[in-house]
Amino acid sequence: MSETPTPEELVKVDYKPPRKAWMDSKPEMRRGVINWSAVPKNVEYLDLPFPRKWQPTDDDWKLPENWKEIILEGMRDRLKRFRTFQIFMDICVRCGACADKCHFFIGSGDPKNMPVLRAELLRAVYRREFNLAGKLMGRMAGARELTVPVLKEWFYYFFQCTECRRCSVFCPYGIDTAEITMMARELMNLIGVSIDWIVTPAANCFRTGNHLGIQPHGFQDSVNFAIDDLEDITGIRVDAPVNRKGAEILFVVPSADYFADPHYYGFLGYMALFHEIGLDYTFSSFASEGGNFGLFHSNEMMKRLNSKIYMEAKRLGVRWILGGECGHMWRVLNQYMDTMNGPADFLEVPKSPLTGTVFENAKSTRMVHICEFTADLIKHDKLKLDKSRNDRWRVTFHDSCNPARAMGILEEPRYIINNVCNNFFEMPEGTTREQTFCCGAGAGLGTEENMEMRMRGGLPRANAVKYVHDKYDVNLLTCMCAIDKAVLPALMDYWVPGVQIGSVHELVGNALIMKGEKKRSNDLRGEPIPGKEAAEDV
Amino acid sequence: MRFDDILKRREKAVKTRWLNLTLDTYPADSSGFLKNQKNQFLNPVGNTISREIGVLYRSFLTETDPETIANSLDSIIRIRSVQEFSPSQATGFILLLKRAVREELADEIRSADCFDELQRFELKVDEMALAGFDAYARCRERLFEVKLNELRRQTSISLARYNRTGQQSEQLNDS
Repeated sequence: MSETPTPEELVKVDYKPPRKAWMDSKPEMRRGVINWSAVPKNVEYLDLPFPRKWQPTDDDWKLPENWKEIILEGMRDRLKRFRTFQIFMDICVRCGACADKCHFFIGSGDPKNMPVLRAELLRAVYRREFNLAGKLMGRMAGARELTVPVLKEWFYYFFQCTECRRCSVFCPYGIDTAEITMMARELMNLIGVSIDWIVTPAANCFRTGNHLGIQPHGFQDSVNFAIDDLEDITGIRVDAPVNRKGAEILFVVPSADYFADPHYYGFLGYMALFHEIGLDYTFSSFASEGGNFGLFHSNEMMKRLNSKIYMEAKRLGVRWILGGECGHMWRVLNQYMDTMNGPADFLEVPKSPLTGTVFENAKSTRMVHICEFTADLIKHDKLKLDKSRNDRWRVTFHDSCNPARAMGILEEPRYIINNVCNNFFEMPEGTTREQTFCCGAGAGLGTEENMEMRMRGGLPRANAVKYVHDKYDVNLLTCMCAIDKAVLPALMDYWVPGVQIGSVHELVGNALIMKGEKKRSNDLRGEPIPGKEAAEDV
Repeated sequence: MRFDDILKRREKAVKTRWLNLTLDTYPADSSGFLKNQKNQFLNPVGNTISREIGVLYRSFLTETDPETIANSLDSIIRIRSVQEFSPSQATGFILLLKRAVREELADEIRSADCFDELQRFELKVDEMALAGFDAYARCRERLFEVKLNELRRQTSISLARYNRTGQQSEQLNDS
């Protein structure tokens, strides 16, 4: 028996990875786990530095000669400007509370996806350059020099963080690792190291007002198509004004709502709802995007792309702003907009024209989330709803990271869903509400070339969905985030086939009984409502 | 004592060793978490591998429906085929069962002199490894279908509009 070759010798497989210190292991850049670099013409369009052709898979990234000085200077500048950055660099005691909270760590088993270690990539350079102990003792004090391989590691791991902030919920010091990622990305931008799925949507948005680059007439067309589709389904031709001056409310949505599947069915839901309650509102063909990929790039870019919302509200002379279902859009609107581009003193504190409810929570931004608005309508019994129209769905709800953790909107969507459908099932504790697991593809990472990484990062979310799918036959995962709606279908396709993705307001639109509507035989997807046809024909 | 009896009697020890060898294929700084966090929702990788390795091990002890074995293999390999593993590393954990058996049961096998049965057992493990490779190929193929489906979804509404505009133009031309 002793002469029998071991299984390893037979198949020549290295089962156990070599044990290396974290500073010594290097990631492999390959398609499937990275995002392509920014296209030079769009880097130029945004007046960003060092546009050039390069790819993360190249050995030579064609960095500017003084790249290191630029980054260190950028770091020095940001340490002075942003007190949080300085504190986050100094304060971490490496207690490990965050270590196992990142969906990328949980799904990949890669230790550098522990938030503490990802942040350490930046902190180690900070210590080497800005901290006396680090300067004197080097590696012994956890310091290391900024080199090209270190920069590549930054790129690999900081474009693996979705800035979801789950880790920050558990940090006893309140360190926001998303902000560390933001700083790292800002520093890399200074030397032209960014990814295309951030820079190109940002360039489109700067040019046309939305990430997809849809021009005003294209926006109007999209709305017209939606009016036609809604008429086919409900028999009612709604009015959906664009750029109408003097409307009471400006309604801003993420652009995917009027152009992507399954977002579009929620868009139809909004339009049906607004018609039914007779809301005095308007779209803007320039503020045609609530989303803001600038958030994933730099604070300056975020401010630049956000400015159109208040500008359009002012131009159109509305009283307040209502916003659609989106995730990161609401982090920008709720946490930054009023200080970045406000004060919005030309607007009024939002007040529902139907119920008289004053949205005190939006006193500063003057912008209300559609789920707050609709939940209030339902609470005041302003809508006639037929839950049974959603009976083909067995529904669960994914708390999108930003509305949950950055806004605390946890109850409103659940309240709405429970009022518009009969079969709702929560995913297990620890995977929802403020501890929700990310879709694994936010913050600019939802690309085709990054699909393997997305599947790893989305595993904890998908695993919880699988549980309710297996236990309760759940077949619809609802959410209120445009990125979720774009990337969760792929996640379900791989991990939990048989589960589709939907909007909260798709279910609202299905259940909504509209005055003068025709017999509803199809839902907003244009698909038959089981049982309804037969029952109504009797 | 026959080999099957040894395998049954020492189930817990062999299974644990197989599981640990498998989880040791992850970086050392992570394998502790994968082994110790028992909440299935906070540690889907460790818990899925642990649960399904149990099912696979029992398939050597009692007659098991081939679909059950295939599902178990799929559950583990679906995870490993999108992680940082080569195809051989993603599926090679199955062969680690041989090593677990030899390391854990060496003395008992020697004293029971049941090498023929060991050989037959190892052939079954080899067959399972081949089935594992099939599962790997299916998962990777699925991954590419997922990409394709995503592309279709991204363009479906634009195409529907384009088609409708085309039909309307044709109707206008006809009239």
